[in-house]
Amino acid sequence: MKLTPSAEQEQFAAALHAMLTEADIPTVARQWAADDPAPGQVLWRRLAELGVTGLAVPARWGGLAAHPADLVVACEELGHHALPGPAAESIAALPMLLTTLGDDALCETWLPRLANGEVIGTLAVPPHVPYATDADVVSLVLRADEQTLRLGVPGPRRRSVDDTRRLVEVADGALLATGPAVGPAVGHALNAGALACAAQLLGAGHALLETTLRYAGQRTQFGQPIGQFQAVKHQLADVAIGLEFARPLLYAAAVALADHPTTTARDVSAAKVACADAAQRAARTALQVHGAIGYARESGLGSWLTRIWALARTWGTQSWHRERIRTALATGALT
Amino acid sequence: MSPVGTMNLDLDHETRAFRAEVRSWLAANVPTAPLPPVDTPEGDRAHRAWERRLAAAGLSVVSWPTAYGGRDVSPLQWLIFEEEYHRARAPVRINQNGLFLLAPTLFTHGTAEQRARLLPRMARADDVWAQAWSEPEAGSDLAGIRSRAVRTDGGWLLSGQKTWSTRAAQADHAFGLFRTGVDRHRGLTYLMFDLRAAGVTVRPIQQVGGATGFAEIFLDQVFVPDADVLGAVDQGWTVAMSTAGHERGLSLRSPGRFTAAAQRLVRLWCQAGTHTDPALSDRVVAGWIAARAYQLHSYGTATQEAADRTPEPPPPPGRADRPAQAGATALRGSGHAASMTKVFWSELDVALHEVALDLLGPHAETGGLRADSAGRAGDAGGADAWLDGYLFSLAGPIYAGTNEIQRTVIAERVLGLPRGRR
Repeated sequence: MKLTPSAEQEQFAAALHAMLTEADIPTVARQWAADDPAPGQVLWRRLAELGVTGLAVPARWGGLAAHPADLVVACEELGHHALPGPAAESIAALPMLLTTLGDDALCETWLPRLANGEVIGTLAVPPHVPYATDADVVSLVLRADEQTLRLGVPGPRRRSVDDTRRLVEVADGALLATGPAVGPAVGHALNAGALACAAQLLGAGHALLETTLRYAGQRTQFGQPIGQFQAVKHQLADVAIGLEFARPLLYAAAVALADHPTTTARDVSAAKVACADAAQRAARTALQVHGAIGYARESGLGSWLTRIWALARTWGTQSWHRERIRTALATGALT
Repeated sequence: MSPVGTMNLDLDHETRAFRAEVRSWLAANVPTAPLPPVDTPEGDRAHRAWERRLAAAGLSVVSWPTAYGGRDVSPLQWLIFEEEYHRARAPVRINQNGLFLLAPTLFTHGTAEQRARLLPRMARADDVWAQAWSEPEAGSDLAGIRSRAVRTDGGWLLSGQKTWSTRAAQADHAFGLFRTGVDRHRGLTYLMFDLRAAGVTVRPIQQVGGATGFAEIFLDQVFVPDADVLGAVDQGWTVAMSTAGHERGLSLRSPGRFTAAAQRLVRLWCQAGTHTDPALSDRVVAGWIAARAYQLHSYGTATQEAADRTPEPPPPPGRADRPAQAGATALRGSGHAASMTKVFWSELDVALHEVALDLLGPHAETGGLRADSAGRAGDAGGADAWLDGYLFSLAGPIYAGTNEIQRTVIAERVLGLPRGRR
């Protein structure tokens, strides 16, 4: 049994962390939101150099064929830095979708370029993922349902609370695949996207905890750091507990995605529910402990808050994920 | 740089074989009818006899070294043993204060003589142990204890009052802290004493559910030989905190207890026909998720502990610039991380039982308020067992350091927030 990151995974996370720290993500994110995606696209190439974009791509198509746990480790760092761009889509869901579908022509066209960072991709999977995130600034847009996979034709933009998430309505474009192989492939993509999304939520939650701990240690009221008050301490302790016990569910979901198809839905959903709950608790507490300054845009807290508010409800709502667990438990207990 | 990591939840051959052995022994040996309540005279005899059977089978203290009656199994195998034990609904461990709190302290701070004298008898429940931490004026503020140990020829004389001493009404021995100096923390000594010795009076305390799971202990010049000082004189606080880590962490309330309770809850939910009620179902799902999170978290901790026994490479670069991180990496090896575990399992325990009572509805209250049934969370449909389990669970956020104390410890020792007045 092995359920904690290996030394290699920790080194990978550290390298990614160092690169993203240096990359000045807040500026890149502002540019991405303000219709200047070029710096973000450059950054994407650097992710590719580190291997991030090829993790879920088979070696045959120029990827690393990595374990989903590696994807979790990477996505946690991306969430920690609130990286703009369709990470769950391009790094996790699309490679898994195309690989599972097994259409060599599609794979050959897209997977090598997704892996090397030349192409950033996105997809809509209504009703869980109703809009294709960043569809107006990436070069591969797909639209999938249980029966068909099509190219997506970008339409009107919709505003997101997280202004780096460029939500775009997509209409049906050219048919790429149909038939019984599509449903399982889309299902696998949904699980991969939800897992990547959960990992980003956990990373964002940790970032907020760290930022808030720093602030609580510096901000003085009544002649002492506010972090010295028990009312503040206990809230932050609860945030830490929530994040701490969500992480093993995330790793177990990665294991299930790799090796245990019968429990994948249950385990991915448990990870998504726990990570979203933990991240939302972190967001609420971070805002409360910062007080008014946290509510002000200048504090920068908003990058993580709005990301968490958005990601907690996409790639499957909490209700949908709980329902999948409920079904798995009821079926298991009744048989 | 790219990762080459893997993860899996597969047990190795040896661990699978161990699980099979434990499961099969328990299936053949766990009494079909529940033993009498542990705090009654017949229950005391029955639970001690059960411990002797476990010991004879080599299963009473599997994680201990073989020299003391154990099997020296890995931390992961200990977790597996606990899962099987609770799954089989085997009797509550009458000696759990000794096994899970005192023994780890003896392994860390005891002398070879103490270990040889005390541990084998503990493993067979020849000696049943009670804890004697709290005092009427020292609960959460444990360092405020007033009971004294005064030097005398060849040992110490204990005087004072202890309270909320689990199992003291029936145990043979107890362990606790006594004041030997004036310094708040460095004037305390960890002592073990005979509950049958001259000068000891034990008064059972009836609990809210009617059982007598704990007691007051009055001490009047009770002699304790030097051989029963655990650790150095005046160093009892340090010694006790290592025990507290065990009490708060995995060892006292192993994940197996909650894994089993969550499985019974799911069965109850289906049997009761309530699996279509969305509000109840969401709470069942939440309980199951939390129980699984604790189980998986413990697997990670256990396998990491095993890995940590071999030399580790230095920490990777790039992490040092992060402040106190609550992640698995940063928490590894931190004794205070047990405080996070304690808050988590104690709240989980209450939540699982609250849902069960809500599933049982008007039948929940009809359970005969039997004596302490710690560890017996009940049949899927057994209202009385769920009710007893609920009463027991409500103590969890209070004992072993209240959850308020734990949250303060987490904030200061794990997260690095500035220390403040309590």
